[in-house]
This record gives sequence, structure tokens and C-alpha cells, in this order.
Amino acid sequence: MPEIHISQAQFQSEQGPQETGSAAAAERISEVRRFLLSRGNSAIADRGFYYLILLCALSIFFIVALIVWQLVQRSQLSWHAFGLKFFYQSFVDPDTHLPMFWDPVNARFSALPFVYGTLVSSFLALLMAVPLAVGVAVFLTEMCPKWLRGPLAFLTELLAAIPSVIYGLWAVFVLVPLMRDHVNPLLVQSLGWTGLFDDQNPTGLGFLAAGVILAIMILPIISSLTREVMSAVPHSQREAVLALGATRWEMIRMGVLRNARVGIVGGIILGLGRALGETMAVTMVIGNTPEIHKSLLSNGSSMSAVIANEFTEAVGDMHLSALIEIGLALFIVTIIVNALAQLLVWAVTRGAPSQAR
Amino acid sequence: MATEYKLKWKLRTLTDNAVTALAILATLLVVTPLLWIFGYLIYRGASSLNLAFFTQIPKPVGETGGGMANAILGSGIILLLASSIGVPIGIGGGIFLAEFGRGTKLANAVRFTADVLNGVPSIVMGLAAYSLVVIPQGHFSAFAGGVALGIMMIPTVCRTTEEMLLMVPHAVREAALGLGVPNWRSVLSITVKTASPGIITGCMLAFARVAGETAPLLFTALGNQFWSASLNQPIAALPLQIYVYALSPYDDWHRLAWGGALVLIALIVLAVSLVRWVTSRGVLKGTS
Repeated sequence: MPEIHISQAQFQSEQGPQETGSAAAAERISEVRRFLLSRGNSAIADRGFYYLILLCALSIFFIVALIVWQLVQRSQLSWHAFGLKFFYQSFVDPDTHLPMFWDPVNARFSALPFVYGTLVSSFLALLMAVPLAVGVAVFLTEMCPKWLRGPLAFLTELLAAIPSVIYGLWAVFVLVPLMRDHVNPLLVQSLGWTGLFDDQNPTGLGFLAAGVILAIMILPIISSLTREVMSAVPHSQREAVLALGATRWEMIRMGVLRNARVGIVGGIILGLGRALGETMAVTMVIGNTPEIHKSLLSNGSSMSAVIANEFTEAVGDMHLSALIEIGLALFIVTIIVNALAQLLVWAVTRGAPSQAR
Repeated sequence: MATEYKLKWKLRTLTDNAVTALAILATLLVVTPLLWIFGYLIYRGASSLNLAFFTQIPKPVGETGGGMANAILGSGIILLLASSIGVPIGIGGGIFLAEFGRGTKLANAVRFTADVLNGVPSIVMGLAAYSLVVIPQGHFSAFAGGVALGIMMIPTVCRTTEEMLLMVPHAVREAALGLGVPNWRSVLSITVKTASPGIITGCMLAFARVAGETAPLLFTALGNQFWSASLNQPIAALPLQIYVYALSPYDDWHRLAWGGALVLIALIVLAVSLVRWVTSRGVLKGTS
């Protein structure tokens, strides 16, 4: 407590004869101070408390540093063996002469199919989730009657609170049979000519199922952030556009979406970050084969899924190390994606107005 | 001229109506899976819940019956451990950000680190806890699971605490300090106490978030078919058990998985609703 120290000094220096009015005032204050000081100096307790709090704050640094250090340390083996090629190399199966990527028996590893699976499933999820999320946000902020807004917002929030393993459970028992029996045959029939859908896989598992469940999972994040940035747009913007005779949609397009677009992109990227790191639901429906297929209906695997599946049964140090290296890559990518998203959202909600052209 | 204008206006209102319809359709499409998931969960879960579910451990493969009592106990132990790690550090960090480090570079760095930690995928947290606790210990343990979940709680608790403390008016702090209350006492008994509903909210949100986490427990707590309350042994946990049972080929285990999912979701919905109820009243209205 610096102020107490100061007053103490004053108190001591002005013990002498009272000369001026200000000195008398200091004397009067020091009576109070004397009473307070007689109750003990709290400087030690304050210092202690400050250092305790500082310790808590610094331990957050410490934890993140420890995580990074551990991941780097334990992935050294695979890093030294494969280098950067780990993420794009492929091998040839000596028996079948087909390309292969993941060979725990001969300790040859490549993360390519997992990177591919993660990217494909996340991209599919965004493709489905973004229009829906923006639609919901537009409806909730601009169109919805007031009495419906609370419950609907609560429902979408609830969607975010459901654990991913429950999404996975639902997907395994409801979504996958539905896809297998109804959606996939339809897709093969109507869009089979694109080559993206073929009927080689009778299980219903695969990239598309993973994409759908991921879309359901990241929807609430994107929509709640979009809602946030849309309500941050000042009302005068809406009123100005409406006063010029715009319809409601034109008002939303020109007055709201244009002003909020940076924040909306931020929300989408944040959703992408969640989709990239999502584990359980994806593991349960993606099929878990380390292969690359053009067809969205075929089995695959993702970076998080392969860790979840193989880590406890990993054979040998190289296998473990390769899995941890995949984890490290996932860590770095999600940090970059999240930081980017955070910056974009801040740009809108922190009062720095995005320039409307 | 007039007809052209009328035509344009018609087109514009048509677009407007179409967009409104699309937005409503989007909302319906989003609400449908939610209601579907909940409905199906309650339908499957309620029919598999009985007294045995809460009192017995799983029967061996092939026998019907049994429950998930050990998993419920295990989840409780892991979450207790996680809270006792995550809540104090998180609140401490939040107090630092709001009361001591406001505007300093260190505070910004801490805030950024907390956001980074918040974005770490849960499976990576599991890897970290594996190499930090399981490898030195030499075996899987409940303690490792608790550490993983505890670290995951820190950023949520920290950031909510900060936000809530920032909402406490300066006059309150000044009044306390003006009365000669030591700073630490002022922070703990005045500022934190004023913001406590919001801070509790943050803790509940963090709790609800980690309660359903499975990925960090896969190779830390590992799971256990039997009673275990030791921190040093592998331990069963509800989300973990749901995952294992969902992918098993046995109908009876599927039944248990649905029951477990219903219990889990009931816990989480309870926590979230409580949070909404607390934040919708009192001084800190309008925040969550």
C-alpha cells in the first residue's frame, strides 16, 4: 500500500511545530491515519495477496508452455525420422502396390490421410452450417417476435452445451442409419456423376456423416457469434436504411450484414477451429480407415480421430511419437485459426467500426 | 415509368418475403435436430433408467442388467479434482486481469494465453496430460484425468471472472479503500463478493463444459469396469463409458449408453438453466 507509506512519512516529518494551515490539515488527517496504522500495517498481507494472484496468472503461461514443451519433446522421434515429409509423403504397399500411408507394423507413418479427412469433414461442416447459422442469426435479431427470441436463443445455446459424445451416440444410432438407408442412395442416384458420391460403402459411415454431425455441432457457435456482432451494429444504421425506403431484407443486407461481415467471418473461422479439433463425434462416425478417397461417402479418418483410436494401443515409440506429432500439428493449426477469429470478432465488437463501402 | 416502378417494388417485396421464409426455414432446420436429439435421448434413456442403473456396476458381457454406478462415482471424483485445480487458478487469474494488471502488457499476454488455452482441442489436452502425468507415474490414473479437465476449466473461469469483476463499479472499491480496508480484503470481500453470482456462473459453465468431455479422459482416466475411488488407479467416467458402450455390439450396453447419456445431459442442462436463472436476476443482469 504505497499511500500508507506516504502518509507515514508525512506523519513523521510533521511532528514538529505547526506552522501553516496545510500542516494543520496534515495533522488532522494523520490522526485518522494514526488510528488506522495502530490497527496494523497491511502491507505484508497485501504483498502476499498480490504475489498469490500473480502466481495464478503466471501459472496459465506456465501450463501452456509446459503443454507445448511436452508435445514438442515427445514428437521428436517422428520429427527426426520423417521431417516435414510427414505431412505429405506416401508409401507403396509391397504386396498390393497400392499407396498406403499408415503402417504401424513397419513403423512408417504419414499424416496425409488424416489431414485430408480433417479438412474434408470440416469443409463439409462449414458448407452446411454457415448458411443455416447466418439464417438463424438474421431471424433471431431482425425478424423474430420478442416472445420467441428468448426460448430460441436458449435452444441454440443448449445445442452448444451438449457433449460431443452424445452427438456421437445420436449420430451412430440415428444419423448413420438414416444416411445409409435414405440419404446416400438418393445422393448416389442424383449426384453420382460428379464422382463425389459412390455406393462402395454400405455402412453409412464416412466423411459426409462426419460433416453433418460437425455442422450440427458448430452451428450454435457460429450463430451466437453472428448474433452478437449483428446486435453490435448501431440502430441508427438500420433506421437510416429503412428511412430511404428499403424493404427489411435490403435493410438487413445493406445496414446490418455489410457492417457485421468482418465479425461474421470471425465467427465462421471460430467454428472452423472447433470443427478441426472436434474428436469424439467424428471418431464415432468417420469410419477410421487411414485412406484417401474422392468419394464423400467412403470411410476415412481425421487427425483427432486417429489419436483417439490408436493412442492407447500404439505399438512402439515411433507410433506414439507420430500420433503426438499429429496432435502438435492440430494444436498449432487451431491456435492460428482461433487467434485469427478472435482478432476479427474484436474488430467489430470492440467499437472499431468496419468501413462500410 | 409508374409500371416499371411498381414491378420493381413487387420484385423487392418478393425477395424480402423469400428471405424471411428462408430465415424461418433455417431456424426450423436448426431446431429440428435439437428436438430430435433430445426427444430420442429421453425416449431411449428413460426406458433404460432404473434403480440398478444408479446402484450397480456393469455386468460381464452376456449378462443383462447392471448399471453405471461406478462411472457416475468416477465422474464425480474426476470433476471434483478438476474443479479444485481449475477454479482457484482461474479465479486468481481473473482477479489479476481485472484488479491488478488492468491495461498492462502482462495482463494482455495472460489474456491471450488464456484464449489460446481455451482453443486447444480437447484431444490435445489429453495428450498433454498423458505426457505430463501418466508417463512420469507409469500408469493411467484418475489423477491424470482430473488434471486434464482442470486445465480445461481454467480459461473459462478466468475470463468470466475478469468480465464480472470489470462490471463492479469503481465507487465500490473506492468506498472500501476509503474506509481503510486493506486492498486484499477489499478485493476478496467487496469486489469479488459483489461479482460472485457472475463468477459462480462462470464456474458452472466451465463445469458443464468439462463434465461431458471424453477425449481428454481416453488415455488419462482410461475407464474401469469395477468400483474404484482411488486417485491412483484407472477410473470409470460417464462420458467414457458412453463412448465405449455406444461402439460395442451388445444391445444391453447400448441401453446403458443411452441411460448414461440422459443422466449426463440432465446434469448439464440443470447447470446451464441454473446459470441462466442466476444471471437473469440481481445486479449482474444481462450477462452470462
